[in-house]
Amino acid sequence: MSEVIVLVEHADGAIRKVTGELLTAAARLGAPSAVVIGPAGTAAALTEQLGAAGAVKVYAAESVDPTKVLLTGQVAALQAAVAAAAASGGAQGPAAVLVAATFDGREIAGRLAVRLDSGLLADVVDVALEGGVVVATQSVFGGAYTTRYQVTRGVPVISVRGNSIDGAADPVSSPEIVDLATEVDAATTTTVSEWLPEEAGDRPELGGAKIVVSGGRGVGSADNFHVVEELADVLGGAVGASRAAVDSGYYPHQFQVGQTGTTVSPQLYVALGISGAIQHRAGMQTSKTIVAVNKDTDAPIFEIADYGVVGDLFTVAPQLASAVKTRKG
Amino acid sequence: MDVAVLVKQVPDTYSERKLRESDWVLDRDSSDAVIDEIDSKGVEIGLQLTETHGGTVTVVTMGPDRAKETLRKALAMGAHKAVHVLDEALAGSDALQTSAALAAALRTLEVDVIITGNEATDGRTASMPAMLAERLGWAAVTSVTAVSVEGSVVSAQRVVEGGAARVSASLPVVLSVNEKVGEPRYPNFKGIMAAKSKPVSVLSAADLGLDASSLGLVNASTQVVSGAPRPLKSAGEKVTDDGEAGNGIAEFLVAQRLI
Ligand SMILES: Cc1cc2nc3c(=O)[nH]c(=O)nc-3n(C[C@H](O)[C@H](O)[C@H](O)COP(=O)(O)OP(=O)(O)OC[C@H]3O[C@@H](n4cnc5c(N)ncnc54)[C@H](O)[C@@H]3O)c2cc1C
Ligand SMILES: Nc1ncnc2c1ncn2[C@@H]1O[C@H](COP(=O)(O)O)[C@@H](O)[C@H]1O
Repeated sequence: MSEVIVLVEHADGAIRKVTGELLTAAARLGAPSAVVIGPAGTAAALTEQLGAAGAVKVYAAESVDPTKVLLTGQVAALQAAVAAAAASGGAQGPAAVLVAATFDGREIAGRLAVRLDSGLLADVVDVALEGGVVVATQSVFGGAYTTRYQVTRGVPVISVRGNSIDGAADPVSSPEIVDLATEVDAATTTTVSEWLPEEAGDRPELGGAKIVVSGGRGVGSADNFHVVEELADVLGGAVGASRAAVDSGYYPHQFQVGQTGTTVSPQLYVALGISGAIQHRAGMQTSKTIVAVNKDTDAPIFEIADYGVVGDLFTVAPQLASAVKTRKG
Repeated sequence: MDVAVLVKQVPDTYSERKLRESDWVLDRDSSDAVIDEIDSKGVEIGLQLTETHGGTVTVVTMGPDRAKETLRKALAMGAHKAVHVLDEALAGSDALQTSAALAAALRTLEVDVIITGNEATDGRTASMPAMLAERLGWAAVTSVTAVSVEGSVVSAQRVVEGGAARVSASLPVVLSVNEKVGEPRYPNFKGIMAAKSKPVSVLSAADLGLDASSLGLVNASTQVVSGAPRPLKSAGEKVTDDGEAGNGIAEFLVAQRLI
């Protein structure tokens, strides 16, 4: 079985959720090989978790510190892993390279595709092996279309959208660790002087949340956003925001839902004071159930709402929150 | 300091965008074509850099004839000159091919900084800045929300999923701008008039020395297998708040087994 190279994302000694998803996707295409980048000892410390998530082999690329040098170390490590897999797998070579479709992942994939002269498939939501060919599914224009693509040359370089792959790969008890030597060219180096991580908070992660409650310009101010947060909290959901709410400074940018923000597809999406511009809808219209509260009866959000209330969010949302609280006891 | 800014003409995101059902590629005729909003922000940053440090802004696009409207828009904002990579043979190019053609055009310009959007609103591959940096052997500083240049060092704040970072790199660099980098200036009447006489050079694949056997859809590295439109949601129930609508939503959620 061909190797499938997966770039591991990890923090504080744990692999990120998306890495588990990538290993699950990889197992559908072949034998998952996880590439770990970090200071010496990182790979060994993660091997058990990676095996549990389906990695058959772990490549340890520990000569470039990714907390100091941005992304070119990851590119070099993936290139070395592809070469190692080709050498051990004979003519077959690896079936694909999978990275997360974050900004960083898509940058890594872009550089790697040029280096390997390989077809690039970006932001895919599913992968499958069909008659020996890797086929990737993309969700276009916020889910308005589904397209399926394959590459015509090279090892497919694929970035996979988080929260889109379900299931789990079979666990592997003791994955083999293989060291990779990598180098980066100083001329292409971007150096990090300071990391400014976002606070994780207690709410579910926006992209994977089962329930999302979002506020728009209609919320009116940063102070008023507690109305959105309180409803999200009684429902156990994540908080989102429209671009207008973010750009007006009501809520931090990482919570933006839409074309240029996070794409969400929860069981329930509640839109409070959001008009439903096409670019907002592009990030939430595949939600299973949509509830909207807007005082303008002609707001376009009602065109896709399963349950719409023409009314003031400041009376409707608190009433809903207290009704939910009562039911939950 | 000389800057090149890449600008792409894309279907207006305010209109309903379509794929062609024959081959599932973007139907560019179905909606209005505009400069990608993110690229007008790139032009703004390019202008700010040259206003501070001197030098010129060259805007560069690859696309069909009508993409020249996008160049004019950027020239009207204040860019000094433009390059249009235009050739029938380039139609249907994938990201690898586009990056090869744009890199060839950019090599002719001898700039210190190349600015792109972090992701185009039509393709959303977010790969072009990285591909160009790789082809040119430059550093890439992507998804920036603030940038400054001192001597030969570029310092920037970048924001990605999970947080931000302060980073630096040595010139020359490829910079990609994040949506939150700031608002672009509007072209004024004077700018629009001045744009009419600014130089636009048109370069073909042959001008760029591109290998004819590597071009276009038939030589693309990716290929569509199939496509399908997805039935979108239609409107459900709509009620006007009579003082009980919050409780009404709760009942709806219970009926849907959502709570
Ligand atoms: C390239 C591009 C990308 C974009 N990407 C995104 C994106 O990722 N996400 C995004 O959201 N937008 C995006 N936009 C912006 C989008 O076009 C809209 O401007 C934005 O979504 C509007 O946000 P809004 O609905 O909160 O504000 P508005 O359109 O101003 O709507 C506010 C709504 O609140 C209602 N309201 C006011 N007060 C109350 C009240 N007390 N109770 C109930 N309702 C009330 C009003 O009736 C109105 O419908 C993008 C635009 C472009 C050009
Ligand atoms: N055909 C093109 N012409 C000019 N610039 C482009 C073209 N394609 C991509 N770009 C630039 O690259 C950025 C990122 O695009 P992408 O990698 O396709 O998401 C865009 O915002 C543009 O600045």
